[in-house]
Amino acid sequence: MLKIFSGALGLLMLAHSAVSNAALSIEIIGAGEHQIPIALVPMGGDEKLGAEINDVVTGDLTRSGLFRIVDTTGKSPHETADVNFSDWQLRGADALGIGNVSVQNGRIEARFRLLDVVKHGQLLGEAVSASDSQMRAVGHRIADLIYEKLTGDKGVFSTRIAYVNRQSKSYSLIVADSDGYNDQVVLRQREPIMSPAWSPDGKSLAYVSFETGHAAVYVQSLLNNKRRAVADFPGSNSAPAWSPDGKQLAIVMTHDGSSQIYLLNPDGTGLRRISFSGAIDTEPNFSPDGQSILFTSDQGGSPQIYQMPASGGAPQRLTFAGGNAFSPRYSPDGKSFVFAHLTGGQFYIAVQDLQNGQMQTLTEGGWERKPSFAPNGKIILFASEARGRGILATVSSDGRVQQHMFTQSGDAREPVWGPQP
Amino acid sequence: MKKLVISIVLLNLLAACASQKPKEAAAPAPAPAPAAKAAPAAPAQTAVDPLNDPHSILAGRSTYYPFDVSVVQAADKPLVEAHAKYLSQHPDRKVRLEGNCDERGSSEYNLGLGQRRADGVMKMLEAGGAKASQLSAISYGKEKPRALGHNEAAWAQNRRTDIDYMQ
Repeated sequence: MLKIFSGALGLLMLAHSAVSNAALSIEIIGAGEHQIPIALVPMGGDEKLGAEINDVVTGDLTRSGLFRIVDTTGKSPHETADVNFSDWQLRGADALGIGNVSVQNGRIEARFRLLDVVKHGQLLGEAVSASDSQMRAVGHRIADLIYEKLTGDKGVFSTRIAYVNRQSKSYSLIVADSDGYNDQVVLRQREPIMSPAWSPDGKSLAYVSFETGHAAVYVQSLLNNKRRAVADFPGSNSAPAWSPDGKQLAIVMTHDGSSQIYLLNPDGTGLRRISFSGAIDTEPNFSPDGQSILFTSDQGGSPQIYQMPASGGAPQRLTFAGGNAFSPRYSPDGKSFVFAHLTGGQFYIAVQDLQNGQMQTLTEGGWERKPSFAPNGKIILFASEARGRGILATVSSDGRVQQHMFTQSGDAREPVWGPQP
Repeated sequence: MKKLVISIVLLNLLAACASQKPKEAAAPAPAPAPAAKAAPAAPAQTAVDPLNDPHSILAGRSTYYPFDVSVVQAADKPLVEAHAKYLSQHPDRKVRLEGNCDERGSSEYNLGLGQRRADGVMKMLEAGGAKASQLSAISYGKEKPRALGHNEAAWAQNRRTDIDYMQ
């Protein structure tokens, strides 16, 4: 069991901009082993816009834990010809970002370059364009380009997350950017909402709502907000999970006795049962190839993680580390899974290799639950608690870097990372 | 190794059961609140309805459980049997059984556990003479805690099934 943790790096409050709701404040804990030193000069042209975009890019790269931001004070080149590479070598930067941005006909037009300070060459030259209300999207796109070029992995800064926010007697289902900004309420009501699940195309959410007095599964379009109950049988209907092709939902229902797993079509037709334990079988999650399902079950006497063929069949128990295990989700490459491990009265986020069965605990423990991978498999989003409130948190998949995201008010819970747009 | 881990878990569960016995005995204490809930029905009922008598065993409307257990405990059986008898004598009355859990576990696992608790009370009511048409069972899992706090006092309050008479 590996636990790596370095002390608090400091508090980073992202700048508030006019177009975002500034819903979260963010704390970063720990640092990656090999941080890439990068200098990001705020883009020229529309300098106010350039500074706002720079804040987004800087925030994204810092939160990944893989970059060290080099001070740019006193130097502001916007074109390659104006760059004195030895200045930046002296400041310890390996890479330098420059560019220009303007607003034309209601659209932000940014021209961005990433330069290699050591080799004096250009790594990237990209034009990024978006409507003028999408300043943060431009920043996330540039951060994704830098991240992919310098780490070799796809960036996830342009992706979205969903979570539930509880404020005294009100529950809101919220969709936000991966950094928590641009939060939008998809559904608000007085009865609990649980278990949001993104469709693979990112256009719909399935979730559990108690609005009719018991747990039922709904699917809602994020394009037109139309929603439909897809499973509303007596007892509890819950834990929706999409198949990778988006053509099936796995859900959990109790109307045949205990909580068992069923498959159905997203329009509510074609219902068929695939688990037959008679115990609590819940929290199904499809493997990326669609062939297997991970789930939580107490069929062995305590809640643990099991795997079975997606068409049904004999389940195989995967967790044996003691304590209880909940909420499994496959990594995007299908080689491991993340879950919440309850042991010694604390919840930890842990990953387990599906080949050799080795488990690695990623967090210090506390009220840490409901983990899900970012689409690139490098970051895990989960629910935690700090200062007496439910918060969102992330940990890098090697356990080195954590961040805490505080909503302005209420308890954030049940987070789930969305797919690539 | 695997066997050892499982037996340790079992021991923990047994220990949890044992340590909670006194709390189980004390559990009927919070009964007055649900009894007050039934009060609005009083004017429509005859004065002799034992359901509205705060001294009747029927004033108790909740069963309580040890951690991760869904079987009705011996201490609560007389309560459930009394409600079964009342329902068999009042076929026009309906109850909804609402299972709840403490916060230790995922939302979804607790939803299943709360449903199992409510279903357990429902089966016992049916065995005691209530008709299936008088009964329904739902779960709130850990979503509607009666008591807040990460401690056993709060958890013990939240591991329960409420017997809710429909108006």
